[in-house]
Amino acid sequence: MSFISGRRTGQRGTRRFTRRDLVVLGVLLGIPVLLDIAIVWGPTLASVALSFTSWDGIGDIKWVGTRNYANLFTNYPQFWPAARHNLLWLGFLGLVAAPFGLLLAVLIDKGVRFSRFYQSTLYMPVVLSLAVVGFIAQLIFSRDQGALNAIVGDTRTPTDWLGDPDLNIWMILLAAAWRHTGYVMILYLAGLKAVDPSLKEAAAIDGASETQTFFRIVFPTLRPVNVIVGVITVIESLRAFDIVYAVNHGRNGLELLSVLVTDNIIGEASRIGFGSAIAVVLLAVSLGFVVTYLVQELRGEKNR
Amino acid sequence: MSRRSLLRGAAVGAGAVTLPALLTACGSGPGGDGKTITLGSNSSDPVPKKAFAEAFSAYAAQSDGRKVKVNTVDHNTFQENINRYLQGKPDDVFMWFAGNRMQFFAEKGLLHDISDNWHGYKGFSAALKAQSSGADGKQYLTPYYYYPWAVFHRKSLFTERGYQAPKTLDEYVALAKQMKKDKLDPIAFCDKDGWPAMGTFDYINMRTNGYEFHKSLMAGEEAWTDKRVREVFDTWRRLLPYCQQGANGRTWQEAATSLQKRDAGMAVFGLPHPGAQFSKTEQGDLDFFPFPVINPEHGQDAVEAPIDGFLLAKKSKNLKNKKSLESAKDLLKWLATGKAEDIYLKSDPNNIAVNDQADTSQYSALQKKAVDLVSGAKQISQFMDRDTRPDFSSTVMIPAIQKFISSPNDVDGLVNDIERQKKSIFTSD
Amino acid sequence: MTTRAAAVRPAPPAPTTARRRLRPGRLGVHAFLMTVSIAFLAPLVLAVYASLRPYDETSEYGYFSLPRHLSLDYYRQAFTDSGMTKYFVNTMIIAVPGVLVTLFLASFVAFALARLKMRGGLVLLMLFTAGNLLPQQVIVTPLYVVFNRIPLPYWMSDSMTMFDSYWAVVLVQIGFQLGFCVFVLANFMRTLPQEILEAAVVDGAGVWTQFWRITLPLCRPALAALGTLQFTWMYNDFLWALVFISDGDKLPITSALNNLRGQFFTDYNLLAAGSVIVALPTLVVFMLLQRHFIAGLTLGSNK
Repeated sequence: MSFISGRRTGQRGTRRFTRRDLVVLGVLLGIPVLLDIAIVWGPTLASVALSFTSWDGIGDIKWVGTRNYANLFTNYPQFWPAARHNLLWLGFLGLVAAPFGLLLAVLIDKGVRFSRFYQSTLYMPVVLSLAVVGFIAQLIFSRDQGALNAIVGDTRTPTDWLGDPDLNIWMILLAAAWRHTGYVMILYLAGLKAVDPSLKEAAAIDGASETQTFFRIVFPTLRPVNVIVGVITVIESLRAFDIVYAVNHGRNGLELLSVLVTDNIIGEASRIGFGSAIAVVLLAVSLGFVVTYLVQELRGEKNR
Repeated sequence: MSRRSLLRGAAVGAGAVTLPALLTACGSGPGGDGKTITLGSNSSDPVPKKAFAEAFSAYAAQSDGRKVKVNTVDHNTFQENINRYLQGKPDDVFMWFAGNRMQFFAEKGLLHDISDNWHGYKGFSAALKAQSSGADGKQYLTPYYYYPWAVFHRKSLFTERGYQAPKTLDEYVALAKQMKKDKLDPIAFCDKDGWPAMGTFDYINMRTNGYEFHKSLMAGEEAWTDKRVREVFDTWRRLLPYCQQGANGRTWQEAATSLQKRDAGMAVFGLPHPGAQFSKTEQGDLDFFPFPVINPEHGQDAVEAPIDGFLLAKKSKNLKNKKSLESAKDLLKWLATGKAEDIYLKSDPNNIAVNDQADTSQYSALQKKAVDLVSGAKQISQFMDRDTRPDFSSTVMIPAIQKFISSPNDVDGLVNDIERQKKSIFTSD
Repeated sequence: MTTRAAAVRPAPPAPTTARRRLRPGRLGVHAFLMTVSIAFLAPLVLAVYASLRPYDETSEYGYFSLPRHLSLDYYRQAFTDSGMTKYFVNTMIIAVPGVLVTLFLASFVAFALARLKMRGGLVLLMLFTAGNLLPQQVIVTPLYVVFNRIPLPYWMSDSMTMFDSYWAVVLVQIGFQLGFCVFVLANFMRTLPQEILEAAVVDGAGVWTQFWRITLPLCRPALAALGTLQFTWMYNDFLWALVFISDGDKLPITSALNNLRGQFFTDYNLLAAGSVIVALPTLVVFMLLQRHFIAGLTLGSNK
């Protein structure tokens, strides 16, 4: 659909574009668009279709209507906790980790000494992979052998950081924030570096305090970074997967929608139809955010 | 170094790396000669990996020109991928489990019938044959070894404190009470990975209701809301105060470590689990007793002893070639002999051979005891996740058992949850 | 990239680090940043520390205890036991073309969206941005089915299908990461002065010249930054390879790390050593490109 609209715009612009330009546009826009459709959108739509079947990945495909959805909402004890955890994740990253990242960026941007050291240290968790973070969690939070209980020193009734379903999600959120903060920090740092220093100086001359300068002058200029941080935070929260999967396969208090999809689709279970239904729910939530974002963008475009 | 030269270097590097890979890929594929058998292995641990390598090279040495090319993928990845693996590009022979977990794929037509091989097999019991057969009565698996589950403990700790291996549930509880008084964690307990506690469930169930009930419960033919299932959970709840707290946060390795460190007195495990945690010098101190009797009617008839073995993948391209098929079957025939199992078990003493012609004289005392345990058993179960559908065990039972461990009092809600989900899964096709 | 690139490079933002006097507030900032840095670093230090100690020792005394025996044995073992070199090469086969092609395609799309003011651009942006928000697991099954049915000649893939070939993984990596790169690059390009392009158009430059000669060189910092990020992600990804590759010898290094994790026994300290080795390349890439990285992420704040 969009491929056609892309071509149409090409034709419409013939007075601007030569034939050679059109070929370049057609090929270099065509390939990524086709790829995006073939790799991302096509399979997504196929998943939507599969969510109305009882397919097990091997045999014939049988339509079952909305039975998977009915099962999902009424009959799958992990579903609602998972949805709640995803929202909690979004809230925690958005309200705690991201602002903290901003604070760190502002402090480092003041031009303190050792700033290179600080920024590399804080960014380091971002480059680590699933396996590393998962087993680091084991090193720290393990009830019997972990470092945290050794530091706390309670050997008689040690806290079960990862096994207690009321507690473990917070530990995992800490680990997730550990990775997210550095990421946000580096983005804001980059944004702050580009803020014209004369703006701040002017504000200082006018007698504004540092805090005032930041919130009234600097922060508004960071709008593009804010948008990116927002998008990334949403992506990370909806796609959140690897940490809990590495810790205990996302069970027992660590349920997340993506894990439920994985459990049903990727693993041996192979409840493709049912898993796809969960995926569609996740998809619907994602699209909610996408639409909100695009409406914002559209407004911004008009104001520009 | 500038970014440009870095990028250029990366591009050249990528080219240099890809090119030879593509060139070598142009040669004739493996198995094209009908003598090379490809084998998908899920044994990535160093000890079994080496033991298998020794067995396969012994096979190559005695056959004329046939050899085995192993494709190893780590155990969990292999398991997660089994569906895609068998439908996509499987090896000729692959390692997998007996029981329902194999029958599922046989039913889907992804396994090769090897009934003709079985006519020639010697030394396998009827129970083994049943576990190697599909629902259609044909055989699909060549069993290789198994490992019984039991209650493990340290010999020295028991003699030191004068503990006696309990025979009945009441004695088991009494012993646990005594251990608690002696400032021990009576029963090491873990379920962070989701499967270890299934062994305890299976045993309580089989001791209370018998093997046949276990089988039909796992097949989805009995209701989980049945009084008999509730009884299992009730008995288990009686045991929970004596189990290590915080089981959902503990890996089985940590549980086995507490057994090894004498923090815990006993633990329900399979043979290789404590075996891997005890150092060589301490192996002799490891002992077990069969899970105690609950209902005298069933006694200790059933033993949980998962069987691992070899199968032929129907979708393997090589097996379309008659010569390759013959080679693969020849490998299975050889692997089915006691001698072949001896070679393996020599390097990996944490299992026991399935073939009664295998040489047990080299076995450790523990292995010998394990042989007695399984040969005395009237029925052999596989393990919850091998006796029932994979979608049921992984998406329903793992969370359910973990929930039971963290809040054991709401059995009604639990079994209702399980039953509702069971219905939707078992009736889905 | 062209040699002309250097000439048109934008001036770097004016340095603001004129040295100031040390005030008490500044000390507080240092104390705070130092505390946070140490807290961030501690888990990593703990992992490295664990990798230097034998398993028996940590299982006996816990991970937070004094060392009795320290050695690099695990590193040697991790390197040899898991056959890291081979898997590292596999990762490069996937990540290097993946990163390069993604950046190239995404920058053209972003260029078309941000610079050419075409109609329908918003639809395109929506297509890519929204696709970027989808969770990976949603698309796995249909892709598996399709890949399993696409035949490839033997010289392209020894499995003769798209399934179990690097092509599948690389393509999916590209398709899946395009969205994010388009999004970021479009944002970056919007901030470039439009006058440069207009001047070029007056000179009769075609679309290709406007893109390759004029716009792309200006985006080098952003490309370097995105390249670093993308390399990190593709390097760390394990799901695609897990799902689309069935030959153990073709797996990338993150999946190979699982080879150190056993069915019956996982030596966490060995795994720690393996993880440190696996994490090193991404750390090194970041350290090397750090300065460019931060400059490149300057995603169009007002100057």
